Amino acid sequence: MQPNLFTQTLTVSQFTFRVRKLLEENPELQDVWVEGEISNLSRPASGHIYFTLKDKNASLRCVMWKSDAARTRPTLQEGAAVEAHGKITVYEPQGQYQLTVNLIRPRGEGALFQEFLRLKSMLETEGLFNPDRKREIPAFPKTIGIVTSATGAALRDMLDTIRRRQPLARIILAPSPVQGVDAPSALVNAIQSLNLQSPDVILLARGGGSIEDLWAFNDERVVRAVAASQIPIICGVGHETDFTLCDFAADLRAPTPTAAAELATQTTLDDLHLQLSTFRSRLTDLISSLFADHRVLISTLAARLRFVSPDRRIQSDRQRLDEFSRRAYSAVAHRIQLQAARVDGISRRLSALNPEGVLSRGYAIITRKEDGKVVARVSDARGAMNVRVNDGEFEVKRDS
Amino acid sequence: MPKTKPAQKAVEELTYEEALAELEGIVEALEGEQNPLDEAMKLFERGQALIVRCGGLLETAQLKVQKLAGESLVDFAEEAE
Repeated sequence: MQPNLFTQTLTVSQFTFRVRKLLEENPELQDVWVEGEISNLSRPASGHIYFTLKDKNASLRCVMWKSDAARTRPTLQEGAAVEAHGKITVYEPQGQYQLTVNLIRPRGEGALFQEFLRLKSMLETEGLFNPDRKREIPAFPKTIGIVTSATGAALRDMLDTIRRRQPLARIILAPSPVQGVDAPSALVNAIQSLNLQSPDVILLARGGGSIEDLWAFNDERVVRAVAASQIPIICGVGHETDFTLCDFAADLRAPTPTAAAELATQTTLDDLHLQLSTFRSRLTDLISSLFADHRVLISTLAARLRFVSPDRRIQSDRQRLDEFSRRAYSAVAHRIQLQAARVDGISRRLSALNPEGVLSRGYAIITRKEDGKVVARVSDARGAMNVRVNDGEFEVKRDS
Repeated sequence: MPKTKPAQKAVEELTYEEALAELEGIVEALEGEQNPLDEAMKLFERGQALIVRCGGLLETAQLKVQKLAGESLVDFAEEAE
């Protein structure tokens, strides 16, 4: 190739920058899994980790920053076969490209993960993970079953948590190895035997570990046993970032064993104390209001009793008697008055009719002596006649 | 609930759950029905005894841990660490 003499010459920095851009802007190089053996492992005090990944024909410089290194499980040793995930970067001062690693797993884990996905999708299709299969976790379980290793820190953490939050609970531990070839069948057995004890809830738990360590919880037999359990199961395996198939099959997933123990003790001792004091005040309120009710009732009854008492009737009868006598008296008085008025009127009319009254005013009554007939006309007058005046009578005689 | 009390257990023999359930029943009975006063007083006294029982159980509660060994249960000794 003939050099073009007129092209502008680049500085090393400019050139390296171009290479860097070329590599770092290629998305395919920014999210890769690379498999190889670890060599030249170096862990300086800075906390970052430097090593080379190599196979028969090539090698690749790798760096893992402190923050990512801290999350890495101790699989990093000389000669270990690993799969590293990261992005290609260029270290300009040395003109070196390198893999900046953020995740490392033992070689073969990729295959395990493929198996995990296959099993997950199969069991999912069967409906083992359906949300409507999930049962309610009792808030205040009397008996809590635990399936885990009898010697692990997970058990101690769970017992401490339950003891602190809900010491009224009874624990039944079904110990089982949680890793190794025997773990799956032992876990299945533990879940099944625990079911026979009818606890209110079962905690299936294990502390953190590598994906292989946790693999028993991805075993199809164990997952099926979890799904088939008559008792609700809370699964707390590994750390927050670990998901196992048992998590999906369980009624509730907890990020850690301690969290599982917390989820199994939703009603704490404090809650119970509070509940009890609520009952105490309700009971006291009830009884005092009952007493108040009865006091009201008694005073109402007393008032009603007074109302119907004979005393009251006697009093009222007496009153009625008074009333009658008053009315009788006034009726009689009225009639007497009326009669008196009538008598008065009659006597007045009578006195007007009395002939004597007329005589006193100077009139006279003349009667014939022979037959006593009153002389009212001239033709009546004959013979001797009696003349009656106011104070006596005398005789007269008609001459002609 | 208070009507069916011929087989009433002594308060000291009740578990926390039993005592609490009975207490709840008593409060509900007092709230709901019209009880004769002397019966209400008996319920109230029983309720108070239940509260004392529950409180005592809460104070002295100690987690009981058993281990499944075959088909039987044995006390589980946590290793002291």
